[in-house]
Amino acid sequence: MKSKDRNYFKILRAGINTTYQDLGRNNLYHIGIPFSGAMDKRNFQLLNSLLQNDYNSPVIEFAYQGPHLKYFGKDIFFCISGNVSFKIITKEGIIDGNSYQCYLLKNGDEVDIRSTNKSVYGYFSINGTFGVDYYWGSCSINTQAQIGPNNGNKFSKDLEIEIIDINNSFNKRKLDYLGSTIENIRVIKGTNYNYFSESSQNKLFKESFKITKLSDRMGMRLEGPKIENIVDPNIKSEGLVKGVIQITSAGDPIIMLSDHGTIGGYPKIATVISADYDRLVQLTPGSNIKFKDVSLEDAETLYKLYQMETNNLISQIK
Amino acid sequence: MIKNILNLGDAALYCDFGSDVNQEINSNVIKYFYHIKKLNLKGITNLTPSYNKLIISYDLNIHSFLTLKKKIENIEIKENNKLEKNLIEIPVCCDNNFALDIKRVENKLKLKSEIILEKFFSKNYFCYMTGFVAGMPFLGDLSQEMRLKRLETPRVKVPKGSVGITEQFCNIYTFETPGGWNILGNTPQNIFDTSNQSNPNLVNPGDTIKFYRITLDQYNEIKR
Repeated sequence: MKSKDRNYFKILRAGINTTYQDLGRNNLYHIGIPFSGAMDKRNFQLLNSLLQNDYNSPVIEFAYQGPHLKYFGKDIFFCISGNVSFKIITKEGIIDGNSYQCYLLKNGDEVDIRSTNKSVYGYFSINGTFGVDYYWGSCSINTQAQIGPNNGNKFSKDLEIEIIDINNSFNKRKLDYLGSTIENIRVIKGTNYNYFSESSQNKLFKESFKITKLSDRMGMRLEGPKIENIVDPNIKSEGLVKGVIQITSAGDPIIMLSDHGTIGGYPKIATVISADYDRLVQLTPGSNIKFKDVSLEDAETLYKLYQMETNNLISQIK
Repeated sequence: MIKNILNLGDAALYCDFGSDVNQEINSNVIKYFYHIKKLNLKGITNLTPSYNKLIISYDLNIHSFLTLKKKIENIEIKENNKLEKNLIEIPVCCDNNFALDIKRVENKLKLKSEIILEKFFSKNYFCYMTGFVAGMPFLGDLSQEMRLKRLETPRVKVPKGSVGITEQFCNIYTFETPGGWNILGNTPQNIFDTSNQSNPNLVNPGDTIKFYRITLDQYNEIKR
């Protein structure tokens, strides 16, 4: 391809943990490969809907600070989802952009994604397709196992992001949405719930836990009242799933997130319900979590409600 | 053969095969794993076999706990359903640069290093499961006099290819990762191959491993 025919972004600043993500890869836990995929699935879905892309199109995920991108090529639209501050730099000047709104980019324009606000993850994409390689049916980058495009590594300065397809029949769209917050993170009691003393079980639901800086796509470490194990600090290693809350030997909770190790040997006190996962991952280090106990039946109903809410938002895009 | 099915969160079945760790229980887990995998049920997003549990993750848009539980409970597996097993030979170099914990193991087991390695290489090991990180096999069982606990403080970085032991088990570190097993050597062989997407694991649950000892020269030769 001649360079003048190329459409691409050059990365002037990579941002923090900037990677390609889609819905992730299934049925590989048994060989040690987790789901991966966009941490916040609702914002992933909204972004692809806003841009009229295929529901599983690759997007660029970033944490806390996004990339600064310079665009080269023919006219294109981009959109950002999440609670994100960003600037659009064109020949006409610099403007502040709004999330969930599409903007035109011309050759030489720049997008500077400054920060996520009171949240962790944001998403960037275009009305088209990034040129990515697929590994086990997904382009999600898992930096821990070095799986995915860009040799499984996060983005770095000077990397060029190829666009292989632009949807020319695209109409600019937007959504009025402020994001959803939640007071409590709802959980179902875990398979080792009775490993812990009654007073510790009560503490789990009555007191709050602080999210520490040791949190990333693999897991979220919490600190708060120590959870006392009265049976055995270890179990025979067994499978884990997203949202499982394990208690370490030191008595601290650790929540498994999308890139988690597939098996583990700490007892499981509870699991975050699927309906609350997107909101859990957006909680920033330093903030507090309170857990609320719900039944399996309630969790199943809450998930249906959550999906309905997402579909409702998608139908409001205009 | 499944004793009990519980829920793990709202999107996974937790199939309990017992509390002991032995090859008989584990073989049952692996048989169920391969059987359900072959059924290719719609909406199953992951199957995770381990020593004595099988976790079945599912898409909440397609299944609910009770309906899927019933489906799994109705699965019949014939007792004579033989498990496919491969014997895999893996070279290990126990040069001082690789045997990071041999001194500690000598002290704890009160055995000379040559005896420890002789005992280690004299047995074949069964693969109970793979995972934690991609392709890492959990193997057993070590003979009684070879069993010791993990390091008090885990290493922040265990080199890729390290072969370690703890309790009745041994494993191979397929990636550089934190870990607390006692390292006896290193294999130059690639255990997990990202570029081989149809079969990235060299070792799969149910396989048998035979480690054989190589010199540093042989190690470097294979690496090259």
